[in-house]
Amino acid sequence: MCLMNTSFIKNQAMEDNKPWALFSEVGENGYLAEVTEIMEQHFKIICHKDFLQNPQLYGPKIQAMFVWNARPAAEPSLLSSLPSLKVVANGGVGIDHLDVPYINSLGVKVTNTPGVVSDATADIALGLLLASARKIVEGHQIAVDPKTTHIPESLMGVEVTGSTLGIIGMGHIGCRIAQRARGFDMKILYHNRNRRSVEDEQAVGASYCENMDDLLKESDFVMLAVNLSPATTGLISHRELSLMKPTATLVNISRGLVVDQDALVKALQSGTIRAAALDVTHPEPLPRDHPLLGLPNVLITPHVGTNTYTTTRRMVQRMVENGLAAVKGQSIPNEVKPK
Amino acid sequence: MQSLCYVRYMRRLWGPAQAYRLLKGTNMHRSVHQLQLHKKAMEDNKPWALFSEVGENGYLAEVTEIMEQHFKIICHKDFLQNPQLYGPKIQAMFVWNARPAAEPSLLSSLPSLKVVANGGVGIDHLDVPYINSLGVKVTNTPGVVSDATADIALGLLLASARKIVEGHQIAVDPKTTHIPESLMGVEVTGSTLGIIGMGHIGCRIAQRARGFDMKILYHNRNRRSVEDEQAVGASYCENMDDLLKESDFVMLAVNLSPATTGLISHRELSLMKPTATLVNISRGLVVDQDALVKALQSGTIRAAALDVTHPEPLPRDHPLLGLPNVLITPHVGTNTYTTTRRMVQRMVENGLAAVKGQSIPNEVKPK
Repeated sequence: MCLMNTSFIKNQAMEDNKPWALFSEVGENGYLAEVTEIMEQHFKIICHKDFLQNPQLYGPKIQAMFVWNARPAAEPSLLSSLPSLKVVANGGVGIDHLDVPYINSLGVKVTNTPGVVSDATADIALGLLLASARKIVEGHQIAVDPKTTHIPESLMGVEVTGSTLGIIGMGHIGCRIAQRARGFDMKILYHNRNRRSVEDEQAVGASYCENMDDLLKESDFVMLAVNLSPATTGLISHRELSLMKPTATLVNISRGLVVDQDALVKALQSGTIRAAALDVTHPEPLPRDHPLLGLPNVLITPHVGTNTYTTTRRMVQRMVENGLAAVKGQSIPNEVKPK
Repeated sequence: MQSLCYVRYMRRLWGPAQAYRLLKGTNMHRSVHQLQLHKKAMEDNKPWALFSEVGENGYLAEVTEIMEQHFKIICHKDFLQNPQLYGPKIQAMFVWNARPAAEPSLLSSLPSLKVVANGGVGIDHLDVPYINSLGVKVTNTPGVVSDATADIALGLLLASARKIVEGHQIAVDPKTTHIPESLMGVEVTGSTLGIIGMGHIGCRIAQRARGFDMKILYHNRNRRSVEDEQAVGASYCENMDDLLKESDFVMLAVNLSPATTGLISHRELSLMKPTATLVNISRGLVVDQDALVKALQSGTIRAAALDVTHPEPLPRDHPLLGLPNVLITPHVGTNTYTTTRRMVQRMVENGLAAVKGQSIPNEVKPK
């Protein structure tokens, strides 16, 4: 579709003042069609496929690269053909797929979109917790099954109200999860690299567990809301799962690699924990023969943590704002600073 | 084939090994032991109670011990073996999932009956005036059901809004090759929840919704106190139509009565936003199901999430089952071990108080 207007776009662009930006694609593997207009307000956008038609021509024009669901991949082969690049602007808060020090070394800034993702992600966290605890997916399947003849008495779940939620990773998203859990009269424990302020704790009624093991032992629901880093890769493995109650549920809305998936499979098969609910896996999607797919006590959603029209638009908006500020040399709302 | 409860009686009376030998016996041995059972019961001080059954269509096996603490219990199937013998002994009848049915044919064979004790708060399946006219009290279990039901209400709302069931099905489908970008839901945080029926359960739903920064509207027969409203940040809509027009999620938490039967029909659905979701945790008959099917097919509303239908379960060819924008759960509103135990506990307490002529915690008074 883009190809047909190539020369027209080129002429138009040369008259146009807008900076050029590279993005992945519109459609099933990329952006919703309706959000591209947000990018086009401030940028002349070109999709990766069209860029590859003539990298020598388009490359030098591109000052911003928008990354969504880790695409396009910010690798040397691509970046080396973008000599004018000022910024890699990510849509989403997780940037584990970006080598920030490397990109910075090229004189290119990296930005992400914290804050705007938090509410929708916290909503999915609670949605997964409730769906798992109360067997909503199984319930629906039984309710609509052609072979169902009576209401089953044995579809029993576990109590959410008054139970203990242990949040590992008490950042912006973790705090919002705590706020929602409080409405269910859940007792809230949390573990974080650093303890939060007394005000933050009291706002959501959360108690600090300096030792993550204590949180694992006492929680009925363990919620993973960390970012992925070398420190959190494989954070939950055999040992951690064995510390959990056999009646406990693991909920993961961070990144698949935070959990040792083989250990998780064993724990679910053996009843070491009751169930798991995962919005993230590694890879995404899982291979079709992966054991997690066959377990009855696993709920998996395909990384839908921010999948609402409203939040998606806000993310694209913030991504564009970050990109524009970087291109113009202005103060950038969400620059990812090197550690 | 021995009924399950009879087997358990035998095991308790005689011990498992002896019971096994006895149960393998001839008809003559069987009748001898039935006589011995009868004698034992007459020596026992506990009042007799009739209940439906243990198992897939009745109670979890583990909760019958709660009943047995205070009552000599007999299941309906065994009762029917000899109604003339057992009928006069029965002072309490426990009703669970509307079973046994409290109908004249049964009640007329229970001359000593003092109470019909329901497990659950809804009693639309009981003709209270009729039962009272026999000198029999009716009790239910309000309060103990509220938290679990409010939890399911939010669970259904979130699962529908964020397409969790579809998401799971895609995630585990053998044909899935990539993560779909188009599985988009609607925003819950900051949206407007309209609760129709602001009783014990409705208020707890509001408390949970508040944690999601939802704006809360409510409609009720009577306005609640200012304190109740402020506790959950809810605004009263005297006119239900206003609530229907402004809500992103409409939550039905009324009890079923003549006033609420068919409360939500064509007109009400057409007042709702086309982006709105209907969530029903009350009773299937509160909604005109044919009107709902049309509204969902035509896009008059976005989606529906139902823990209750009429009947339960729906006939397998019912149009609701085929719609992509309907989430249905098989009446699991109170289905946790903890809440189920609490319900049986309260049901037994009510039954015992009625049998003993003491003050009854939850008597359903005639209107």
